[in-house]
This record gives sequence, structure tokens and C-alpha cells, in this order.
Amino acid sequence: MSKDMQTGTPAASEKVAGFSKQARQQREIRLRRRSTLIATVSTISVFLAIYILVPMAPGWEKVQHSFFNWEIFEKTFPTLLNAFLLDIAIFAWSAPLIAIWGLALALARDARSPALFPLRLFATVYNDIFRGVPVILTIYLIGFGIPGLGLPRPWNSPYIWGSVALVLSYSAYVAEVYRAGIESIHESQRAAAKSLGLSHWDTMRFIILPQAVRRVLPANMNNLISLQKDVALLSFIGPVELLRQAGVFKSFYANFTPYLGAALIFLAVTIPATRFADSLMARQDKERR
Amino acid sequence: MTYKLQLIDVTKSFGTLEVCKGISFDVKKGELVCMIGSSGSGKSTLLRCINLLEAVDGGRILLDGHDITDPDLDPQPIRRRIGIVFQSFNLFPHMNVMENVMLAPRRVHRTPKAELLAETTALFERFGLADRMTHYPDQLSGGQQQRVAIIRALAMKPEIMLFDEVTSALDPELVGEVLDVLRKLKSEGMTIILATHEMGFAREAADKICFLDQGIIVESGPPEQLFTNPKQARTREFLSRVM
Repeated sequence: MSKDMQTGTPAASEKVAGFSKQARQQREIRLRRRSTLIATVSTISVFLAIYILVPMAPGWEKVQHSFFNWEIFEKTFPTLLNAFLLDIAIFAWSAPLIAIWGLALALARDARSPALFPLRLFATVYNDIFRGVPVILTIYLIGFGIPGLGLPRPWNSPYIWGSVALVLSYSAYVAEVYRAGIESIHESQRAAAKSLGLSHWDTMRFIILPQAVRRVLPANMNNLISLQKDVALLSFIGPVELLRQAGVFKSFYANFTPYLGAALIFLAVTIPATRFADSLMARQDKERR
Repeated sequence: MTYKLQLIDVTKSFGTLEVCKGISFDVKKGELVCMIGSSGSGKSTLLRCINLLEAVDGGRILLDGHDITDPDLDPQPIRRRIGIVFQSFNLFPHMNVMENVMLAPRRVHRTPKAELLAETTALFERFGLADRMTHYPDQLSGGQQQRVAIIRALAMKPEIMLFDEVTSALDPELVGEVLDVLRKLKSEGMTIILATHEMGFAREAADKICFLDQGIIVESGPPEQLFTNPKQARTREFLSRVM
């Protein structure tokens, strides 16, 4: 096979070439096959064990009836899907507001001029408070508190104030992510912009932010995913969205299967979104290397 | 004779580290002054002070006879008159190179778009990069990136150009193309201050050499004299190490 390799004595080169290439490739294939086999066998045995052992538990029949009830699932799932549209709507109007307000907070925390110190102080305190309080507490306080002021319709709507609570909480997290991005841009970029005579604001707008926002996109994707789930918390102050609807069904049928349906709906959205965020992050890592 | 730029007893410290311990020299219009010296001798810091990227602690820097170190002055209009090119290019990676060049004239000088485009194209043609205008920085070689950085500084129509070891990050075979740009600029009458390790270039192109060591100018003079007949022992020792 290596007759056309003319280096060294024919016998020696043949031996070296054969050993180094083919043997190594074969060994790699063998190793890969072996690890696939091990992974398959261990996965199957774990699932088999669950499949055999769980139904042997004494309460399995009852659990199966009240959590994995196909009849109830079939009856409730379409309505649950419909209720999920409300979650999507709340998400859709909250997310852009969070992106904007979070960016404003990040810029306020980055303000360097002494005249703007109050702004910086405000943003710092704001972020401390809203990241320090559980989201559900913010939702209760704002969602019940502000309509309690006796505002006229429609300004007492839990949709408005629930969304406001989500925006206030989440923008604090998003602001910190933006800020990390802004700080990750190397000082030499600022120096280059400065040396060209660009103002502080122009430097931020044209040089720093475009790079920073792109760099923290995966991290903010993760914030969005967790927002998608936390929209369900608004159910505690009134809106009949997915979680609330599932709760209504649970009481009506005295059965937990609707909750399982709700979980499946959330997963159908969050799993693809998580994979997308992961692939974004992997791509960025690759680019930076 | 009036000087384009004069440094008078400039001092600068970072914490307890004295980087410039009283540096004075002057540059006439159209002159090319080379600063040589080992790393950490204060060359880069001095250039950053001239561009007002760093504030001096003491001394004066006169541009056309006006002190630009006055803390009450707005630094931005002065920076526009002094271009600087860095060792690591510092191009903006998220814009193509044409946008890199056009951003500052557009925002700062408010040059009309058509005029700016014509000027920018002319600059790229002059430095042999006309076919690379829509490329992004990471699609270009180091030498090409550094030439773009020079074009970007020139687009602001500066009166003085500062070059901070602009060939140090380049592969040896790419150094030549950047030095050619410097020769061209000098022949066109640009006033240039250059910190460099390229002794051959300094000797051939400079009007004056300043040898810096530990924050002071040990010796300065025309290249022929400084390279062939240095007066100071420290200069001789440095030259014997690098040449």
C-alpha cells in the first residue's frame, strides 16, 4: 500500500506508516464503539429498573390514577394550551420592557461623571433590592398593593401590575448581565475611541454596547427562559394563565394530571430555548478561541 | 523657529512607580522623531500623555505654543489634532474596516456622507487596501489591520501622528508594509513621533532619535551621530544589546 512512499528503506517505511495510521484509527473506532455500547446498556438498565421497580411501590396505583390519568389529560389539555397563550402574551410584552429598562439601569450604574452620582446610587440600590427580594414577593406587594390604592378600571388590573412586578425584578438581573458585558470589553477599545475624539456617549453607543450586548446574549437568553417560567407566578394574583387553569382543573376533577399537562407545555418551550442558548454560547466560545 | 510640539519637564507616575521623570524634547513641523529604549522605559506612557489619554503629573506639553495639559481644557478637540496608532491595532471588531474609519469623522466632524465616502475610499486606495474596505478586521492580516488603524487615525486629519510600537505585534514579513506607510507619511510632510524597536528604520528615516531609559532621555540627536558615536555609556550598552 505504501509503495509510492519513497522515504527510507521500503520495509521500514511500510512498517512505520502502517503502525502509526491504520492501527491508531482502528483503535479509536474500537474505543468509540465500546463507549457507545456502555452508554446504551447503562441507560437501558436504568430505565428498565424504573419501569419495573416504581409500579412495585405500594401507592403506585393511586399515584397513577391521580397523576397519569389519560382520560383527564385528554379532556383538559386543549384548554391548558389555550391558557398558555396568556403566558406567552405576558412574556411578549414584558421581555422588551425588561431589555430596555435593564439596559437603562446598566448604563446608570456605569455613569462616571460625579454629577450623575445620584443616578448611579439609584441603580445600585435598585439592583440590590430587586435581586434580593423573591420575585413572588415583589409580585404580591405590587400586584395587590398598587391596585389597593383605589385606582379606577382598567388601571387596577393584575395583568398590568403583575407584569410591572416581573419587569422590575427581571430588569435588575438583566442589568447586571449587561454590566458584566460592558466591563468585559477591553480598555484598549475605549482608548482607541477616545483617541479618535469620540465622546463618552458615542463610545458607549457605537463601540462598547454593540460588542457587550452580543457577548452576553447567551446569558440573557437564560434570563428569558426563567422569565417564561416565572410568568406562571402571576397566577397567584389573579390572571387565569396556564398554572391557574391547571389548578382550576385539579380542584374540579380532584386529580393532579392537569399539572403534568402544564409541566409538559412549559418544557415544550423551555427545552428548545435552553438548547438554543447553549448552542449560542458554544458558538461564541469557538469564535473567541 | 517655532516648534509644532514641545515637551517641557513632563513627569508621570502610576502610584509609586515613576514612569516619566522629567522629559523634555521638541518636534518641528514635518519632523520624524524616534523614541528608542527598552520596554518600560516610558515611551508608551509619554505618547499616551501627548494624546491626553493619560494626564501628566507635572511639566507642560505645548502644541503650536499652547499648553494642552491645562486641566480646564476640553481634551476632545485636542485629541482630534493628534492621531495615535497602537501596538495592538485596537480596531473595532464588530464593524467592517470602512466603518471603522468613517465612524469618528462622521460623529465628530459631521462630514457629509458622500464627501466622507470619497475621502475614505481615497485613503484606502492610497495605502493599497481599496479591495479590503468591506472586510472585517479579523479577516485581514496583522499588517493590513495595522494599516487600517493608521488610515483610521488619518481620517481625522490630524496634525501630528503618534505611533506606539506599531510593528511589535507583527510577523517579521509584515513589518515592511507598515514601515512603508510611515515613509510615505513622512514624505508627505506629516509630523511624526514614533516609539519603536526597529533600529534600522529609525536610523534611516528619523530626523532625531531620543534614547529613553528609566523615565529620562539619556541622549538625543541625529541618527547618524547617536548610532555611530553615542556619548553616553547607557546608550552604548543599549545599542550593543539590540543591534
